[in-house]
This record gives sequence, structure tokens and C-alpha cells, in this order.
Amino acid sequence: MAVAHGAVHEEHRLGFIRRYIFSQDHKIIGIQYMMTSLFMAAVGGVLAMLIRMELGWPGGHWGVARWLFPGGFSSDGVLKPDFYLAVVTMHGSIMIFFVLTTALSGGFGNFLIPLTIGARDMAFPFLNMLSYWLYPPAIVVLLSSFFVAGGAPNSGWTAYPPLSALRNAAPGSGLGQTLWLVSLAILIVSFLFGSLNYITTVLQLRTRGMSMGRMPLVTWAQFTTAILMLLSFPVLFAAVVMLLFDRHLGTSFFVPSGLVVGGQLVTHQGGNPLLWQHLFWFLGHPEVYVLILPPMGIVSEILAVHGRKPIFGYKAMVASICAIAFLSFLVWGHHMIVSGMNPLVGTAFMVTTLAIAIPSAIKTFNWVATLWRARIHFTPAMLFAIGFVSLFITGGLTGIFLGSPAVDTYFHDTFFIVAHFHFVMASAALFGLFGGLYHWFPKMFGRMMDERLGKMHFWLTFVGIYATFFPMHFLGMAGEPRRYYSPQMYDFLRGLAGLNMFVSVAAFGLGLAQLIFIYNFLRSLFRGPKAERNPWHANTLEWQTESPPPHGNWGAILPTVHRWPYDYSVPDAMDDFIPQTVPAAAVPVAGGALDDGLQGGAVDEPPVAGSERT
Amino acid sequence: MAEIPAPTGERRTGRLLATLIVVMIVLGGVGMTLLARRHWWMLPVASAHGVDVDRLIYTTFAVTGIVFVLVHLLIAGFVWRYGAHGTGRAAYWHDDRTLELTYTLVPAAVLVTLISMGAVVWARVHSPAPADATVVEVRAEQFGWLFRYPGPDGIFGRVDPALISPPGKPGNPMGLDPADPASADDIVTRELHLAVNRPVRVRIRSKDVIHSFFIPAFRVKQDAVPGMTVEIWFTPTQEGSYEIACAQLCGIGHYIMRGKVTVESEEAVLTWLAQQSH
Repeated sequence: MAVAHGAVHEEHRLGFIRRYIFSQDHKIIGIQYMMTSLFMAAVGGVLAMLIRMELGWPGGHWGVARWLFPGGFSSDGVLKPDFYLAVVTMHGSIMIFFVLTTALSGGFGNFLIPLTIGARDMAFPFLNMLSYWLYPPAIVVLLSSFFVAGGAPNSGWTAYPPLSALRNAAPGSGLGQTLWLVSLAILIVSFLFGSLNYITTVLQLRTRGMSMGRMPLVTWAQFTTAILMLLSFPVLFAAVVMLLFDRHLGTSFFVPSGLVVGGQLVTHQGGNPLLWQHLFWFLGHPEVYVLILPPMGIVSEILAVHGRKPIFGYKAMVASICAIAFLSFLVWGHHMIVSGMNPLVGTAFMVTTLAIAIPSAIKTFNWVATLWRARIHFTPAMLFAIGFVSLFITGGLTGIFLGSPAVDTYFHDTFFIVAHFHFVMASAALFGLFGGLYHWFPKMFGRMMDERLGKMHFWLTFVGIYATFFPMHFLGMAGEPRRYYSPQMYDFLRGLAGLNMFVSVAAFGLGLAQLIFIYNFLRSLFRGPKAERNPWHANTLEWQTESPPPHGNWGAILPTVHRWPYDYSVPDAMDDFIPQTVPAAAVPVAGGALDDGLQGGAVDEPPVAGSERT
Repeated sequence: MAEIPAPTGERRTGRLLATLIVVMIVLGGVGMTLLARRHWWMLPVASAHGVDVDRLIYTTFAVTGIVFVLVHLLIAGFVWRYGAHGTGRAAYWHDDRTLELTYTLVPAAVLVTLISMGAVVWARVHSPAPADATVVEVRAEQFGWLFRYPGPDGIFGRVDPALISPPGKPGNPMGLDPADPASADDIVTRELHLAVNRPVRVRIRSKDVIHSFFIPAFRVKQDAVPGMTVEIWFTPTQEGSYEIACAQLCGIGHYIMRGKVTVESEEAVLTWLAQQSH
């Protein structure tokens, strides 16, 4: 009680700056992460449009764009090759690290973890504030690379040395590359603060009765993601520092002897470019799951709530999240099949790669089974969740091609790869993000989003995604390499001009459709109808408090949890949902979570819980 | 009652989504694949191992295509059927061990089959080269390809990066060391000529950054990594002229790094080589 009163009291004492800017409240930090990520998504999206402009009409004249990006276009409005590579690099870096990671882990992780486990805040609120406030400086450093001599880096988001290590290897390999590396280092520190916080919070601050086996899947996903981040990002941090050393302090981690670049003999000696690839992908592959696990959790939640039905196979869902997380550390080599690595290692990575498809398949079938005999409310959140399942299937299946080394040899670095990861990782994660926003917007801001606009946004986005990325499989089938400024130099790519134009037009449509979302989001923020506590009739804890929740989340008394989160449509119960806080004495506990041993929590429950199923 | 009332629109939205999934994803996906087969497809295969690779691609295509269609039809069916309506409740059904075991074991079995087939082809691609294989060196640079034949002695002479002549100047682009007698008969060319049906070992190097030696028609791709010499082998089976592309981002000229390989009779290759050495 005293703590709660203290919290409420404290909220009144805090000025505007401490409450909304340098806030230590996990909800504000989550919203800050989300808003900043959405801004960066717009930047990354504009860059994607530039890429499609060039690939749709190689060497075309774009007078207006020249006015917007004076340095990137020649005087007659043609996009320059080095600017093209800078745009490709920044699109990837921004979308992966500065949009999806920050929105899904920083945004939803911060907002949802304490609320779904019945905590008042994160375990380390100050560290949490620091975590967010490292993010804007990282953005400033990253974007400033556009404005330095040579421009933003040209080496792709993977930044393979020696291209990224040697100044004269490309225009963007000067100061721009250094800024990119520094920016990433700052952001990694931010991620590490965040993930430490999430793990500690989940392990230490669960409320009474909230055993691990009763956590909603969205929280399981965030928890597992945090572990992945904590274990994999330090490896990238080390690689980034080593590359900075190679660039500025004369070390040779990644640069071998005897190179001649720009007519000059390079003085580095004794490094190995493959070392970077191993270090990079040791992060890079878990990173894919850092992006997809949180949407998987979000989608599991949405399917249950808006389908009015328990999620199918809760235990298998938790087990497959853990299996995916573990296996994600053992598959990095499938990005390096043609890298010059020993072919025998390729065989090993093929086995682990196709093994990770099994838990992914289990999850997919569980989602589909959840829809069977459901009572589906087609809210925008639900539509995006179903869309996610479709995108994940399409992208996952092409992964089976790429997991086989002999097949991957042909498809590696072609548009087939671009299609594959834009489905399974980028678009699917984006759908998870949109679904999550439509679902939790009322809780975040206390207002409802417009359903009609939300649905229109879904239809156009769903069609736009398929129209943009599905044809890319065939560009890859025909062998078009990615990161080409223009495919026109090659006879074998000549027949692809029409298909490329189609993709570009679809991409522009997809981009424009997002304006509906921006309008709906901003308008609902100020004008949306007030949201009740639990507009979707959901069971999880965050819906049992006010919308938006007050400072300290729960008023005077922390909630007590008596059951798993998926008691929807329990036969004979009065309502079609039974919140986790409803005692077993009031409504018998119908469904089980994990085994009772894991479920625990019974000891600190009120005496009435003695009637609970054992 | 505590159910959220079901607006009449729910079933309509469900049917719209189901129709979209069937028309756009299932019919559109299959239709576009058939269209692509004629317009946007792999080049006709022109190497021995490429036939195996293609068979693997088609097998994977068939398996994944069936799953793609079936699962999407399943989703469409559920979405069509189970939109909220009336006052009925959803089924309280959340575990079924037999069902879960089935859709764990069936995909596992399919994947094990695909892994085994993939492992066989991969092992064959990277098996030791036949004894009668010829050898050629490929050296990538920003932004072009250089090829070297060992000459009558069959030995590649020593190279020294310090001896590479500056860009745009003729002379010694490969950096051959004249002090090594083995380098005297080495033949350095800007084009690659290979004998049809004769296995060839290709030693791939790079002068500056990472490139990737990609011959789409041969289903061949191998990164050229500075500081390493990576050897692969393959057998061209169709006479003709093919393009070499760079598949690994190597700088602003990545997209113009085009090379050419000509596959012709053994005699034609020898004649061409004799012309190059002068």
C-alpha cells in the first residue's frame, strides 16, 4: 500500500520533463520507443521507394527527387550509383535495427512486460530510461553519415570487409562507414540495457500466482527475445569495435595481406574477411528471431482474444519458442554457404537450419488450429494477425529452398533471398507490429483507433505486400543479383524489366497505403473515442487496469493471478472470458497451463485457492 | 450477455478475406508460377551438376507448393466459416496430443527426406575433382574478371601484388613474378574459354574486396575472398557463350562486373589459347 501511494504521490511531484521526456515509467519509455521507431520506419520506407524507383526504371530521370535529395542525384535527375548503394545500406540497417528491433522489443517489450506480469515497473527503471536515451543519439549519428564526404556507407547492412574496412574501396567507406559503426555500437549498448532489464523483470517481478507457466505467450516471446539479444549483440559489438580498430588504429582483424585497392598496395597484414562474417552472422541470425519472436507472441495473443478461443497448444508454443531460440544460435553458417567456408560445415548448418523449421511449423499449425471453430471478430488487429500467419507460411516455405546448400548456391544473393526475408522476417514482423498496435493502442493511449480505416489499411497492405514481394521470387529464379544499381548490363536479365516495373508500382502503392495508418494513428491519438479498460474482453492482466494505466499500473494492490491467460469460451461459465485475476472459487479453473510443477504459485495465493484443481 | 455482440459485418469480412486468400494467394501464386515458367525462370542448365541442382529445386518446389496451397486453403476455409455470428460460443479446445504429434512428425519426416537429398547433391558438387580435369584461375577485382591458364607446364607461376600494373595500363595486371620460371608460360586473359564435357577446376581469388563468381547457366556461385584461394569444379555440358555476374556487393561498379565464358570444343579452346599467348 505504502509503495503504491508513494508511486501516485511521486507522479504528482514530477514535472513535465521527468514525466514525459526523461521518464523512468516503462509505459512512457515503451511509447517513446514506439514513436521514434515509427518515425524511423517512415525514413526507411522512403529509402525503399528510392530503391524501387531505380530498379523499376534504371537510369530514369526524377526531377522532384533531386530537389529532395540534392547530393544523391546528378544534375539531370539520375540517381547516382554510390547514392543507390548508400540507400540500400541505410534501408536495411534502419529497418532491421532502428525500426523492427526497437519497436518490437523496445516498444512492446517495455510497455507489455510489466503490465502482463503484474509488476509496477521494470526492475531497473533508471537503466530503462538510459536505454531509450541512447537510441536518439544513435539515430543522429547514423543519419549524419548521409551528410559527410563520401556519403552513407555503400557496403550493405552486412558491412562485409574489406569493402567496409578500406577507405578507398568505395565512396561510402570513408567517414560514413565509421559513423555507421559508431551508431551501431551505441544502439547495441541500448539493447543490452533493455534486455538485461526485461530478463530481470520477468524473473523477479511477477505478481502472486503468475508462475512462468501462466505467462501469456507475448511475454514468453519477449523474455526469450531478451535472452537472445543479451547473448548475441555483444558478439556484434566486438565485431564493430574490431572493424573500427582495423579502420583507424592499423589492426588487421579482417584485412589480409597483399590487397591492391584503387591501384595502391594495402598495408594491412594477416587478417581474414571470413572472421567478420562469422561474428556478424552469429548475431545476424539470432537477430532474425529477435524480430520474429515478439510478433509470434503478439499474434498468439490476438488470435486468442479476437477469436474468443484459447490458443491451441500453449505448452507446445512455449516449447517451440525455446527451441527456436536455442537453435537460432546454431544456424548462422547458412548465410555463408558460398563464402569459401568448408563445404562440410555447410552440411552441418543445413541440418540445424531445417531442424529449426520444425518448431516453426508447430507454431504455424497451432495458429491455424486456433482458428478452427473460433468465433472470429475481424478487427484490424485480427486481420493483421491472420495476415502474419500467411506471410510467415509463404516466407517460411522458401526458407526450405535456401536451407539446402546446393540450392542456396544458386539463390544466394539473388532477389529470391530478398523475397524470402521480406516475407518471413520483414513483412511478417511488420504485420505483428501493426496487429499489436491496433490491439494495444487503447491501452497505450486510452483511445480507440478507427476500425474502418484500420481495415482499409489492412486490405491495401496485404495486397501490396504480396504484389511487391511475391514476384521477387521469380526475379531471383531468373538469377537477378541483389544490390545491383541496374540489371540492364546483362543479357540474361533483360527480360525482367517489366516484372521489375510491376514490383515498383506495387511498392509505391504499398507505401501510399501506410499514409492511411499514419492518419488513423495520429487522429485517434487526439480524437479517438475514449477506450474502456477492457475493450476486447481479454484475460491478461494489462486489460484489468485503467486505459491508460496509471503511474505504478495497479492502484493500491497488485493483482493476484489464479489461472492461465486463455480461458476464453469456457463452457458453462457466465462470460466468454475469465480474466487471470478471477479466483478459482468464483469460477472454477477450466484450462491448464504448463504442468502444475512448473505452474507453481499456489503457495502464495489466498486460502480460497485451495479449491483449485491440483 | 458478456459476448461481444457480433455485428453482421463479421461474416462478410471473413468471406472477403477468405476469397482474397484463395484468389490472390492460391490462384495468383500458382498462376504466376506458371507464367514465370515461361518468362522469368532459370536459364537452361548447361553444366553436369546443374541437372542435380535443378532436380532438387523442382522437388522442393513441389513439396513447398503443396504445403503452401493446402495451408492457405485451410486458413481460408476457417476464416470463411468461423466469423462471429449469432450467439454461439467458440469451442473450448486447446490441446490434442495426437494432432500436435502428427504435425510435428510429418513435417519432420518431409524435412529429413529433403535434407538427405540435399546432402547427397551437395556432397557430389564438392567431391574431389576427376583426374582429367583441367585447371584455370579466376581473379576478381573492382570491377572485372581476369583469368589465368597455367600453360604447358601445368603450374601457375608465383604472383606478387606489388607487381600488379596500375589500372588502365597494359603490362602485368595479374602481378606475375618473372623471377619464377613457372610464370613464363602462364596465359592471362580477359575471357574464359572452357572445353565442353571436360571437368574444370577453378581456383578463385580476389585482388581487393569480396566478389562472387556467379555463372547462372551453370548453377555455379562461389565467393572470391581476398587472402584465400577457393577451388571448385564443374563440367560444362553445352557449347555456347554464357555470362558471368558478380553476386557479392563489391562497390559502386558491382552491377557492371560482367564477364564472359565460352564453352567450345577442346580443339577450339587450344587454338584460342595459342592466340592469347602471343
